[in-house]
Amino acid sequence: MQALTNKSIAVNRSPMTIWERLYLINIIKGMAITFSHMFKKQPTVRYPEQKREFSPVFRGLHVLNRDEQGRENCTACGLCAVACPAEAITMEAAERQEGEEHLYREEKYAAKYEINMLRCIFCGLCEEACPKDAIYLSETFAPANYTRRGFIYDKNDLLIPNTLTNASELAKAKGVEA
Amino acid sequence: MTLLAFDWAFIIEKLILIIIIVLTTLLITLYTTFGERKVAAILQDRPGPNRAGPFGLLQPLADGLKLIMKEEIIPTSASKWLFILGPGLAMTASLMTCAVIPWSTEIHLFGRVIALQIADINIGLLYVFAVVSMGVYGIMIGGWASNNKFSLMSALRAASQAISYEIAMGLALIALLMSTGTLSLKTIVADQVSGHWWNIVYQPLGFLIFFICAMAECNRTPFDLPEAENELNFGYHQEYSSMKLGFYLFAEYVNMIMSSAIMASMYFGGYDLPFFDESTVAPNIAAIIGVGTLLIKIVLFVFLFMWIRWTIPRFRYDQLMNLGWKKMIPLALLNMLITGALILSKL
Repeated sequence: MQALTNKSIAVNRSPMTIWERLYLINIIKGMAITFSHMFKKQPTVRYPEQKREFSPVFRGLHVLNRDEQGRENCTACGLCAVACPAEAITMEAAERQEGEEHLYREEKYAAKYEINMLRCIFCGLCEEACPKDAIYLSETFAPANYTRRGFIYDKNDLLIPNTLTNASELAKAKGVEA
Repeated sequence: MTLLAFDWAFIIEKLILIIIIVLTTLLITLYTTFGERKVAAILQDRPGPNRAGPFGLLQPLADGLKLIMKEEIIPTSASKWLFILGPGLAMTASLMTCAVIPWSTEIHLFGRVIALQIADINIGLLYVFAVVSMGVYGIMIGGWASNNKFSLMSALRAASQAISYEIAMGLALIALLMSTGTLSLKTIVADQVSGHWWNIVYQPLGFLIFFICAMAECNRTPFDLPEAENELNFGYHQEYSSMKLGFYLFAEYVNMIMSSAIMASMYFGGYDLPFFDESTVAPNIAAIIGVGTLLIKIVLFVFLFMWIRWTIPRFRYDQLMNLGWKKMIPLALLNMLITGALILSKL
């Protein structure tokens, strides 16, 4: 039969020579190999102290965006929830009241916005579906939690700090995420 | 201090020596478990345990604490007394060896000359041999008392493996005995210290056989068939939990240290620091240097044990028996013949 690739190596089934049957030579060879590994560089990333850099296209935890004046972008149109293949997003819309113009950019806003991080597959389709630039996937991932409830992120967890009133916290959040 | 025809100071002195040696052995063992994990990690390009304390140095304490805190389980169908006896016996047998090891020369303290050896018995080698054979009882009894088929299979394997390799081990020791002419470990080491070459020069083949057999007796990889996870789950300590399991695991490391000490004493000059004349310094300092030298030799042997463990895969059972009966025993006999011929030619 003709070989499909030239990668396969035929097993050598000839009887072992006296040196091979002595084991010792080959054991010493093997030990030399393991010993040489003592001086090799460890690929380990010592995680909490040392973090691996994510690629710029990494899709991590979601953030809800604000505009330059610190107003929420989300209008609770529900396109992200429709786009979500894992059905992880739920929201409730509400109408902006008189005097809330500094909080929400448009007349409608999300009163409740929840993402279940256990359902989420981090595909980024919500990000693509959003017409208002409101949802983005950041470069962090969901930390461990003790309960399932802890993985349901509500609006407070997702919303980025206000640009105007909380600039220092925003900078801090950006620094951690970068 | 002589009362009722006893030299009480002698007894107190030996008691203190026993306590010190046993405690030191246990402490070193504690850190051998840590060393094992660290060596394994370094040989596999990993950092190893590094979370508990600086460089992970408190890891053995954390491990010990974890073992103690675990629930103590005695299976209902187990033979209760033997089940408890097993790990105790394994531990006792492995610690008993340290009685005849000469840790160093004498130290002079309070006007007394204290030999740093618990008992200098004139049949030291036979004692070592007997105690090493005892070690398998712990495994056998534990495996049998567990009333678990895997444990029983493992106990069976351990027993037949120990018996097979003891023969070659004994034959290698006889060759050493022929060339040194004494059974006392103290005399064997003293002979190597005083000008002679180390015994490894006279008995290289004997040492190789002894080393391989010691590895088999300690149930270390490549001879760890009694605890072959893929066939026997966990081997003879399958049903054990908490500190009883800890004792079994601990006994393995004590065994390793003890066989390293025996090998260092018998073949590598014991507490003899090469190219150094001990008589040029005060006897107490010489004794301390001796202890340090022996400890370094033990550490090197223990490292060798670990290095081999993380290099070579386990033997198949028939390969193990094949090696033991068809290779080691004839080799040991040949070694005896060569030794005998050399002694005859020298006469």
